Amino acid sequence: MTRDDMIVDKLRAALGDAVEQVSDFRGERTVHIRQDKLVDACRLMRDDPELKYNFLSDIVADDYLPDYPRFAVNYHLLSMPNKHRVRLRVWVEDPDDGPPTAADIWPIATWLEMEVWDLMGVRFAGNNSLRRLFLPEDWQGHPLRKDYPLGYEEVQFSFNWQEIDSKKPYAKQ
Amino acid sequence: MAFLIPQASDSIQELTVEELRAKVGTGMEIIDPEEHMLLSMGPQHPSTHGVLRLLVELDGETVVNLAPDIGFLHTGIEKTMENKRYVKALTATDRMDYLSPMTNNMVYIMAVEKLLGIEITPRAQTLRLILAELSRLASHLVWLGTSSLDLAAMSVFLYCFREREYILDIFEMVAGQRMMVSYFRPGGLWRDVPPEFEPAVRKLLDFMPAKIADYEALLDKNPIFLMRTKGVGVISGDEAIAWGLTGPSMRASGVDWDNRRDQPYCGYETYEFDVPVEHEGDVYARYRCRMREMRECLRLIRQGLDRLKPGPVNIDDHKIVPPPRADLGRSMEAVIHHFKLWTEGFSAPEGYVYQVIESPRGEIGCYLRGNGTNKPARVHFRGPSYVNLASLPLMSKNRFIADVVATIGSIDIVLGEIDR
Repeated sequence: MTRDDMIVDKLRAALGDAVEQVSDFRGERTVHIRQDKLVDACRLMRDDPELKYNFLSDIVADDYLPDYPRFAVNYHLLSMPNKHRVRLRVWVEDPDDGPPTAADIWPIATWLEMEVWDLMGVRFAGNNSLRRLFLPEDWQGHPLRKDYPLGYEEVQFSFNWQEIDSKKPYAKQ
Repeated sequence: MAFLIPQASDSIQELTVEELRAKVGTGMEIIDPEEHMLLSMGPQHPSTHGVLRLLVELDGETVVNLAPDIGFLHTGIEKTMENKRYVKALTATDRMDYLSPMTNNMVYIMAVEKLLGIEITPRAQTLRLILAELSRLASHLVWLGTSSLDLAAMSVFLYCFREREYILDIFEMVAGQRMMVSYFRPGGLWRDVPPEFEPAVRKLLDFMPAKIADYEALLDKNPIFLMRTKGVGVISGDEAIAWGLTGPSMRASGVDWDNRRDQPYCGYETYEFDVPVEHEGDVYARYRCRMREMRECLRLIRQGLDRLKPGPVNIDDHKIVPPPRADLGRSMEAVIHHFKLWTEGFSAPEGYVYQVIESPRGEIGCYLRGNGTNKPARVHFRGPSYVNLASLPLMSKNRFIADVVATIGSIDIVLGEIDR
């Protein structure tokens, strides 16, 4: 039995039907977990003596507009003792009611979730430090969403200073 | 307690601590606003290696709390890449970690190749490895120069940049560019290296060990350097893993993990090299780790050059790699391939991959999703600098403010990669 299969067996035994789907692509195993069981799945992944996924490499949110559920959050885990990587994936139906934070299991999750919230707008339940990290605090919207247009900021020179200033009174507030 | 902030006009505005906190957007909990001093360090501060801003709460000279404020260099690289074709998006990766562009190219290109399911030629693989290691060497040289400059060791900086200049000249020779190389392409390389490449790198291999010994001679017995690095910014191995610290910073805490050895890519499994591990977890251990790693880079480059055989550097699939220019005059098919590639590019299948390699700063990862079109549907980078920065507050708490400077230098951050 490969390690990929062992993960699925262990998660299925512990969480039952919370393991929604298992997919393989280019030799990478993805386990789709139901949102409410994510923390249990993560804890099992870290604490089980045969799994030991002690390192959270990255949290990536993906936007599948126009599909529903629209957002997918990927957790890329690494087991240093077993030299193995796996991906947990959670489908998020409502970005304001996102997956629970994984900060109890891997403290770095707080920091990674901040980036996801700032740029993709998926809110992690229980993470109280979500704030604008890369963007200004008064920024509207989340730029990595697919319905967010590519925009640009007009550069102010002396000849068009007044014109651009008058278009954005909010900049002076 | 109130703070005075000079405004553009002559009037002076008074801010309370609460208002200042709301203004700065670090979300840091201030433990004692009455007694402690809040210090805003950066973004225009030479020791913050770019435009990092730190909000530091000080009790006398001791750091009580610290929070990084980032985003001054945010240019939306991921969004830009999602709106460009696979090959064109490559140029954005150079601009992330501008001190080691080759490894950034490599992680993105390897993700694209994984998505397409292609294997590159042995010569391209060896050249990629040599160039990635040269890039690591150049990046470590900048790190050594700037971080020792923070600790007032001026001369090391000058020597390091002299040797880095030589490596950048090699990059210019192969790619036509010193820093924004974009040399690795899906399916291989932009073109083969010129004949002068091998002698130039051999020359580097000849003089470099003596230079590394010189740097060590300048620093290893320097009492000021030792006092400012030993026992400073300590992080334990377990904490390093929990906080996602990677690369030499993690290996300095006794965690024996290197993606090149433990999850080999690009043929690293066939090379002989050691992974330097130190156990103290302080600034000095991180310095030792990187110095030893520079020697391992030389070993890898030497082995790579020895096994460099003539051969094609690109795969023979002209749906992905442009046909040679000479073919355009003789073959109609080549003209069609050329036209298709430069007008619409290639399409990648539906699916998502995550590729991880070892950059000079740690584990750099690229998540790439294709949706059957010629543009990536989602690109995301795990910037090692971004994740490493998260453990800075942990390393600096209850230390002197001057140690924060040494610690920032030792985790080797590049703000272009943090903000992306």
